[in-house]
Amino acid sequence: MSSIVIAGLGVVSPAGWGLLPFCESLAKGEPLSTKELSRPGVSRPLTIRPVPRAAHRPSFMTHARLRRASPIAQHAAGAAIEALGADISRVNQQPASLGVVLCVLSGGVNYSRRFYDETLKDPTAASPLVFPETVFNAPASHVAAILGTTGINYTLVGDQGTFLLGLALAADWLSSNQVDGCLVVGAEESDWLTADAFRRFERRIVLADGAGALYLKRRTTENAAIELAAITNSYSFSSRSARIRAAHAVRAELPGAGPHYVLCDGMQGLARLDAAESLAWNDWSAPRLSPKTILGEGLAASAAWQCVAAIDALQQGHYRAANVSVVGCNQQAIGAQFVNPNFNG
Amino acid sequence: MLFPAPQSAKVPPRVVVTGAGIVTALGLDWQTNAEGFRQGRVAFQPVTLFDVSRQRVKSAAQVNLPSDLPSTRLSKRQRSRLDRAAKLLLLAAHQAWNQPGWTPCSHLPVVLGTTSGGMSLGETYYRQAIERPRNHHRQAGRVIHYQPQRHGLDLAGAFGFSGPIFVIANACATGANAVGHAWQLIRNARAERVLAGGYDALSQLVFSGFDSLQALSPTQCRPFDAQRDGLALGEGAAVFALETVASAERRRADILGEIVGYGATTDAHHLTQPHPQGDAALGAMNAACQSAGLEPSQIDYVNAHGTGTPLNDSAEAAAINRWAGAHAPTLPVSSTKSSVGHLLGGAGAVEMAVCLMALQGQWLPPTSTLREPDPAARFPVVRQPTAAKLEYALTNSFGFGGANATLILRRWP
Repeated sequence: MSSIVIAGLGVVSPAGWGLLPFCESLAKGEPLSTKELSRPGVSRPLTIRPVPRAAHRPSFMTHARLRRASPIAQHAAGAAIEALGADISRVNQQPASLGVVLCVLSGGVNYSRRFYDETLKDPTAASPLVFPETVFNAPASHVAAILGTTGINYTLVGDQGTFLLGLALAADWLSSNQVDGCLVVGAEESDWLTADAFRRFERRIVLADGAGALYLKRRTTENAAIELAAITNSYSFSSRSARIRAAHAVRAELPGAGPHYVLCDGMQGLARLDAAESLAWNDWSAPRLSPKTILGEGLAASAAWQCVAAIDALQQGHYRAANVSVVGCNQQAIGAQFVNPNFNG
Repeated sequence: MLFPAPQSAKVPPRVVVTGAGIVTALGLDWQTNAEGFRQGRVAFQPVTLFDVSRQRVKSAAQVNLPSDLPSTRLSKRQRSRLDRAAKLLLLAAHQAWNQPGWTPCSHLPVVLGTTSGGMSLGETYYRQAIERPRNHHRQAGRVIHYQPQRHGLDLAGAFGFSGPIFVIANACATGANAVGHAWQLIRNARAERVLAGGYDALSQLVFSGFDSLQALSPTQCRPFDAQRDGLALGEGAAVFALETVASAERRRADILGEIVGYGATTDAHHLTQPHPQGDAALGAMNAACQSAGLEPSQIDYVNAHGTGTPLNDSAEAAAINRWAGAHAPTLPVSSTKSSVGHLLGGAGAVEMAVCLMALQGQWLPPTSTLREPDPAARFPVVRQPTAAKLEYALTNSFGFGGANATLILRRWP
C-alpha cells in the first residue's frame, strides 16, 4: 500500500480567508477579538468569533451555486479550493477522480432556523429557496458543483472528532484506488441558536466559524509531502468519566514525545471542557499548539484547524512528527499523527 | 488504529446480512412489512404529530409507535429521553441485533444514515428559545439528543457494544450510503462485522420544506405514472447486521442475503433537481455493477428510487433505460414508495430490506397505485403482486445535493 500524503491545505477562519492569516494569528499567539451576537428575547448578547469579510471577494463566490448559499458553503468552498491548489484544473477536466468528505457538527443552521421560523409563522409563505440549503449535504453538493466533480461525496455528521473519521475514510478510498485524490473538509457557520446551545454547557465558550480542508493523495515520486502516519481508534463516550478514559486511550495509541515532536491539542482554556484532554496529555513534555485558544471553538472546523496547524508546523521544518488530539464534545476521542519524512533534525 | 489499515485480503470477503430489522407505517416487524410490500398495501394516514392545518398536503405514512420499547440495556430514564427518530431506530436495530445472536463486544463500527436526526427535539428547543427565552427547562438535554451521533451512542448503550460511529447525511440516498459504506469497511478488512442502517422520523420542518417546494402529492403518490404529481413522506428505519460469510458460518448464523455491489456518484446538475438524462444515476448503477462483476442483464429486479415527482422519475427512467439497454423491456422495476412513502434517510435501507424480502420470498413488490405507466419508462413497472425467480436485485437511492447510491443484493441459497 502506498502511503497517503497531504497535498494541500486550506483554511477559512476568524483570522481571515486563507492559510496565511491563519498561520500569522497562531504565530502571534493572541486570542482573536470577539463579536457580539444578539439573541431574541435576551438583552445580554452572545459572544462569537466569526469569519471576517474577505478584503477582496474571492472569484468562486460568483458561482451560481453560492448565490443563495449560507455561509457554511462559502467557508467550505474557500477552504476546499485553497487546498486543491493547481490540481483544481485536473479535477475540473475530470482526468482525476476526486472524493469529497465534508464533516459538520452543526451544519447549515442559519437557514434551518430561518426556514423553521417561517414555517411556524405561516407555512404557506415558507421559502422553497431556503429549504434545500437546510439539508446537511448542501455545502458538500455546492463544493462538488464548483469543482466540477461527480465522484463519491459524503457528508459526515458528528462531534469534532468526526473530522479525523473523515480522514480515515478518505485514506481508505485512496488505498482502495476508489479516488485519485480526496478533500476532507470540516466546516461550520455561527448562529445565535448554536451559540446559545453550547453556552448551556460552558458559559465562557466562544464559538467560531469557518472551515479547514486537507487534500489527500497517494504518495508518488513527485509529491515529497507530509504523510498521514496514523489515525487512532475512535473511542466513544457518553459520560464525563468515559470521556476521560477515551482521551487516555487515544493518548496510549499515539506515540510518545520523541525529539522534535509537537502536539496539537484541542484545549481552549476552559478547565471543565479541557479536563479530559489535559489529564491525558499532562506528561507531554515536547512543544504544544492549541489553536482553539486563539480562534475559539469551531466545532468540526476546529479539528480541521488543528490538523492544518500541525501539518504547517511540519512543513516549516520545525518538527519530525505532530500528534493531533481531538476530544469531541459528546461523541468520541480520536487522534492522528502526521510525519515529515524529509526532516533532517 | 483506523489508519493504517490492516493488509486486506487479495480477494475481498463476501459480505452477508445475518440480521435485519424494519419499521414502517406498514408495521413494526419484518413479517408484517414483507406481507405488506408483497401485496402492495398503502399505509398513509392524516398527520397527527404536528400541525398540518395550514399545509397544502395533510397526510403521510406515519408509524404507529408502540407504547413500550423492547427491553435493552438502556435504563428507564435513558429510554424516556429518546426522541421519535431514536425510537424508530432502536425498534429496527433490536430486531437486527438479536437475529444473528450478536453479543456485546468492542470495535464494532456502526454506520447510520439520516437526514435530520432528532429534528423534533431541535424544533422543540427552538420554539422554547423563542417563546420563553428565559425558560431553560430540558433545553440542555434537547441539545444533546438532537444530534444524530447521540442515536449511534444510544444503540451502543442499548446492546453493549463500542466502536466508531459514522453518521452519513447524504440526504435521501444516505440509507444506501450507510449500508454501502459498511460493506466497504468489511470488504477492506476494517471490520468483520458492522451494524448499519438508515432512519428518519417525520418532522414539521421537513414536511413543510417538501410542501413549500410543492414536491408533495396533493392526490396520491404514483411513481412512474404518466399523471404523477409528487411524492408522499413517510417515516421509519431499517437496520442490518452485516458480517463476512466466514464470521456468519462460524456461528452457524442464518444468512438472509448477500450484498454484492455498491456504487455512489454525485450529480452536480442542481441542488434539488437531477440531471434530466440521469447521468449520475447511471454512473451509480454502473459502478455498483462493476463492483459486483455483473452485467445489467443479470439483474432480475430494480427497486427504483421512484419518488413520484415528475423530475425524479423521468430522470431515473432515462437512467434505467440507458443502463439496461436491450434488457429494459423485460426488466421488472417498481417503487415501494407507493406503499410507505419517502422515508428520506430511511429510504435506502428500507428499500434494501424490501429487496431482501423479495429475494427470500421470490416475489416482486408492486407499485400498486400506478394507473397509467409513463411511456418514458421502457421497462415494465410491477403493478400487481407477482411471483418471480430472482437471483439479483438492485436498489437505487437519490437525494438532494445530487447524492446517488446503488446497492446490489443476491439471494442466499
